[in-house]
Amino acid sequence: MDLITELTILVLAAFVGFEVISKVPNTLHTPLMSATNAIHGIVLLGGILVIGQAEGFLSKTILVIAIAFGTINVIGGFLVTDRMLEMFKKRPEPKKQAVEATEASK
Amino acid sequence: MKLPVASFLTDLDFIRVLYIVAFSLFIVGMQRLTKPSTARQGNILAAIGMAIAVVATLLIPSVGDYGLIALGIAIGTIVGVPAARQVKMTAMPQMVALFNGVGGGAVALISWAEYRHYLEHGGNPALDTLIPILFAAIIGSISFWGSNIAFGKLQELIPGKPIVVPGQQIVNGLLLLAAIAAAIAIATGSESEGLFVLILVAAAVLGNMVVLPIGGADMPVVISLLNALTGLSAAAAGIALDNTALIVGGIIVGASGTILTNLMAEAMNRSIPSIVAGGFGGATALAGGGGDDNEGRSVKSTDAADVAIQLAYASRVVVAPGYGMAVAQAQHTVRELADELEKRGVEVLYAIHPVAGRMPGHMNVLLAEADVPYDALKEMDEINGEFAQVDVTLVIGANDVTNPAARTDQGSPIYGMPILDVDKSGSVIVLKRSMNTGFAGIDNPLFYNDNTALLFGDAKASVADVLTEIKEV
Repeated sequence: MDLITELTILVLAAFVGFEVISKVPNTLHTPLMSATNAIHGIVLLGGILVIGQAEGFLSKTILVIAIAFGTINVIGGFLVTDRMLEMFKKRPEPKKQAVEATEASK
Repeated sequence: MKLPVASFLTDLDFIRVLYIVAFSLFIVGMQRLTKPSTARQGNILAAIGMAIAVVATLLIPSVGDYGLIALGIAIGTIVGVPAARQVKMTAMPQMVALFNGVGGGAVALISWAEYRHYLEHGGNPALDTLIPILFAAIIGSISFWGSNIAFGKLQELIPGKPIVVPGQQIVNGLLLLAAIAAAIAIATGSESEGLFVLILVAAAVLGNMVVLPIGGADMPVVISLLNALTGLSAAAAGIALDNTALIVGGIIVGASGTILTNLMAEAMNRSIPSIVAGGFGGATALAGGGGDDNEGRSVKSTDAADVAIQLAYASRVVVAPGYGMAVAQAQHTVRELADELEKRGVEVLYAIHPVAGRMPGHMNVLLAEADVPYDALKEMDEINGEFAQVDVTLVIGANDVTNPAARTDQGSPIYGMPILDVDKSGSVIVLKRSMNTGFAGIDNPLFYNDNTALLFGDAKASVADVLTEIKEV
């Protein structure tokens, strides 16, 4: 792929990022930060792409560490975010349900 | 002879289609992350996108050395899963810092290995590959070391207070110049791994030096900034490796991190450049002088029984939580107290400062964990006009975000930062461990006001005591 195509993708994706994220309520800032943090763990792909061509002990070692780092970033990031969001479950609202039940029975 | 199915699966266009699916899932996932009701689903969608991207990459024919790939992924899983499972909710911010750091580290290491690869095969690559590699090396290394320092500060392995080195800014400038000069030397034709390592090291020292002098109160902004930088460096690595998933995934994080950083900095009325320049470091030295005004003034301490009576006969109570509540894990007890008060007809609201705790939304996460209903949580702008109609404000482990010096004392390092106007309520009860200053290391005149009383002790124990007393009122 040529550089200009890549730059086009880069700039358009940046605008998508701005648009999607500028609407997040305060409440979700920490989980959002954590989820985006997990997404940049995608650099893991870079390690996978390069390691096959790498030669020599040092290069291979560097890349195994890079893949391990990327994996920690991805897996840890998504798990931690899930743990945070798990707590955002809706509270059971017995009153509302009761109202709906009586309305339904009418 | 290859099976047709196998050749289809390893077709580069098919892999590119999988990448499109993957980053679409990232975008849809992030969209869902903007609403509480769909947020969890959004995170799972993004994770599925990531799994697709990884599998697609493994299918690329030029990818090899599966044993070592499996080894790296296994090590990462063994380290990452327990860390994510066991971390306490209060330690979330430093966990995010750490995960961000390893991401930056991965970028730096990959760029190094990639450069080695080119040197072994005929020398420097073309500039459209070389420049992104150099960029990724510098930013990745800064992000790795900066995040580690941020982690160390939040984990209190390193003092949270600003550490000031004489000539700091000059040293930082020289380090950045050294890294850029080495990068230019490589870009203009020098083929030297030594120079490349010099770039990594200079950027590493710079990452340390930039974050060390930043005060703990600014740390959320710093983590967010480093998160954005790691995203940018990942996108640069994507350009170097001609990989669209990396480009899109990286830049989306770069964009989101930038917005989040701005929002946080705005909430604290701080500019990003002054934070990065360690502005808090210099200002705190001034605050030492300003703080003297409070010397000789005494604080009023109170006890649980007295607080219980005030609360039980109030009609409106506001809880202003801060990091102290998180540390003491007091959120559940706080909710029990609120339940008890509501039973007695007292209206209980929560005033959430945007940067209370160590990250925006930190308090929301903790209170959600304790099943506090959403509508009881009021953002700063919403509640500030109403403090005059509040009988009692309970400040639980919050300090800097309630400090009236931000409104009045021009010499204060937090002057101009929007705060919760708790001092305008009928009476203020501050739950505090000791008279130590807050995370930013600034004295708080609120404590010396006539309508303020302090209840010393661990936040959770204090709230529990108050709860017991209320039941007897």
